[in-house]
Amino acid sequence: MLLIKNGRVIDPASRSEGALDILIDGEKIVRAGTGLAAEGAEILDATGLIVAPGFIDLHCHLREPGQELSETIESGAQAAARGGFTAICPMPNTQPVHDNASVTRSMVDRAKAVAVVRVWPIGAASIGSKGEALSEISAMQDAGIVAISDDGKPVATARLLRQAMDYCGPLGLPVIDHCEDVSLAAGGVMREGQRSVRLGLKGMPAAAESICVGRDVEVAALTGGHLHIAHLSTAASLEHVRRAKKQGLRVTCEVTPHHFTLIDEDVQYDSRYKMNPPLASREDRDALRAGLADGSVDAIATDHAPHHAASKDVEFDRAPFGIIGFETALGLALDELLHPGRITLMRLVELFTTGPARVLGIERKIAAGEVADLTIFSLEHRWKYLAAETASRSRNTPFDGREYRGGPMATVVAGRVVYKR
Amino acid sequence: MIPRFRNLLGTEPLNREQIEFILDQTRPFQEFQRHPLKKLATLRGKTVALAFFEPSTRTRISFATAASRLGADTMNLQAESSSLKKGESLLDTVWTLEAMKPDIVVMRHSSSGAADFVARHIDVPVINAGDGSHEHPSQALLDALTIRDRKGSLDNWNLTILGDILHSRVARSNIHLLSKFGARITLCGPPMWIPRELESLAPNIRRVWRIEEALDGADVVMVLRVQTERMHEPALPADEYVRRYQLTPERLRLARPDAIVMHPGPMIRGLEIDPAVADGPQSCVLEQVTNGLAVRMTLLFHLISAPATDAPHPAKESHASD
Repeated sequence: MLLIKNGRVIDPASRSEGALDILIDGEKIVRAGTGLAAEGAEILDATGLIVAPGFIDLHCHLREPGQELSETIESGAQAAARGGFTAICPMPNTQPVHDNASVTRSMVDRAKAVAVVRVWPIGAASIGSKGEALSEISAMQDAGIVAISDDGKPVATARLLRQAMDYCGPLGLPVIDHCEDVSLAAGGVMREGQRSVRLGLKGMPAAAESICVGRDVEVAALTGGHLHIAHLSTAASLEHVRRAKKQGLRVTCEVTPHHFTLIDEDVQYDSRYKMNPPLASREDRDALRAGLADGSVDAIATDHAPHHAASKDVEFDRAPFGIIGFETALGLALDELLHPGRITLMRLVELFTTGPARVLGIERKIAAGEVADLTIFSLEHRWKYLAAETASRSRNTPFDGREYRGGPMATVVAGRVVYKR
Repeated sequence: MIPRFRNLLGTEPLNREQIEFILDQTRPFQEFQRHPLKKLATLRGKTVALAFFEPSTRTRISFATAASRLGADTMNLQAESSSLKKGESLLDTVWTLEAMKPDIVVMRHSSSGAADFVARHIDVPVINAGDGSHEHPSQALLDALTIRDRKGSLDNWNLTILGDILHSRVARSNIHLLSKFGARITLCGPPMWIPRELESLAPNIRRVWRIEEALDGADVVMVLRVQTERMHEPALPADEYVRRYQLTPERLRLARPDAIVMHPGPMIRGLEIDPAVADGPQSCVLEQVTNGLAVRMTLLFHLISAPATDAPHPAKESHASD
């Protein structure tokens, strides 16, 4: 038994907040109340800390199978636990592409054996993510996928997206799209704007994203399916999502910590500032912050994208896109969103818990009988993030050396403490 | 006291005093080019590594000749013959080069920021001899020297740059340099190559779509080559370019009578420039080449024999732990 004492429990599902102890037996919460005691229980003192439902990351890359030099299911899960995540959703752009149930099974089995957090894979929407024909979606669902996506690139055509959304409707699977008009973005390595022109780097216009979001929202209207926009990064994209929500369409979206923190003016000739979608303009970043506050954005997702130094530490335009993000996500959300008063603590917790859970069609709450997945974090603890100390196999982050106020203190998955600061 | 600098990565980080200092120092080297015996012992025993990861003829020969005339030895690395073809990374290649103990690395690369990236990873001074579409500072310095020689001063000219500005490192380096001397800059060329954001590079930049308007009142006209190798979009048909943007004698008459015409080369006669203009009295194309030697001798001499602290360098400051 595990007894979490004296924490401030935030439960977005019931919109409740209060000083509660939580008693866990096996994998389940057995009681939540005040002044709990249990003979022989392991005590986790959460005095001064926040106790929240377990964080879910809708978007990450674990690189296994195929690119284990950059990350493995084991190392990625360790890094996720250190970031306070209890469940993570790896994208299917592995080698081979995760487009069939045998890859799903191998990932799920591997995760059971070595991962300290839950691994909920996302399968490829199309065979080989080539954008030609649908993959074996229901077979992958039976083996454990929670969504489909051709992430890394958009679902190639409106026709294929329509098929995917029609097909996934009855399965209850969201179709997650990486929105990018590839003809407009071709060759681009950062957001098009004053900074790209000054640096002489090929830019991708912001419209390359929102054009595709617009297409996708139209297809969502056509099919009635559930569309989830991955790593949304521009104000215009957000407007499409807002309008879709207002119309009652099942359209959701996520925003990454780096997109609500950094802007294109921060980009240097250092590939740790290279990701796709690229860092946006200041106006876009501010619009994302507003969307995170007002409910237009459903979830914070990391897009944790490890790349080993040999591939990433090269000329800017030759480096692969992406940065690691599990361990800095909460710290950035606290620093950029909560502490400056942009969002409430309840909203912050929602963005990491019930928000992503709803995208996946599941519930997250703290109550007797619920699975004991919990994230315990501090709002005040001062710490410095050093990429050299990451649990990830890769260190590609622009947040190396950054100091934070508040961050993950303990992560509990199925009643087990898998990380404790 | 002139703030010295260790690397020359671009003209953007230089200030007026530093630029004037370099130009002043070129004087003896300019005169030296007319000397019958063109060999000094100034840098005898020093080694200049020429790391050209992108094909180059004139800039490479210019730096090699400058080094040779100063008495330095050169190591030559060319993309075609290097291990890059075999898949070696840029860092491994330059670390290998560094291990051969050169006193300076002169590098050209097709990626914007490559010289900046290398300078952060090696302990030898780096001269950027052109990085992608970013900067080509020695070209801008030799252009400045040419303007100063021809026009008597570097201050407050009306500068018109014609062509593909977006992909041009020469344009960026010249804009940064000459705007520090009060230039009013007019950019003219196909609109997709002159995005609005270019106006944010410096004060007093305007975009003009008619070449006649762009040339009106110009003191200095820079003609750029169309950088077909750096274009991701389909190129404009050549005859369309000629029709609207070629610098012809008739169009040049709209500029000030004493205007000068410059071209960084390689020059495609009959495309961006009419041969009559290229060979005309207003053209300084060959002076630019000769001045290039003097400027590069100055840079090599200055950076090798007078090592100094770094010029302010944003990337370097924020990533001291690299």
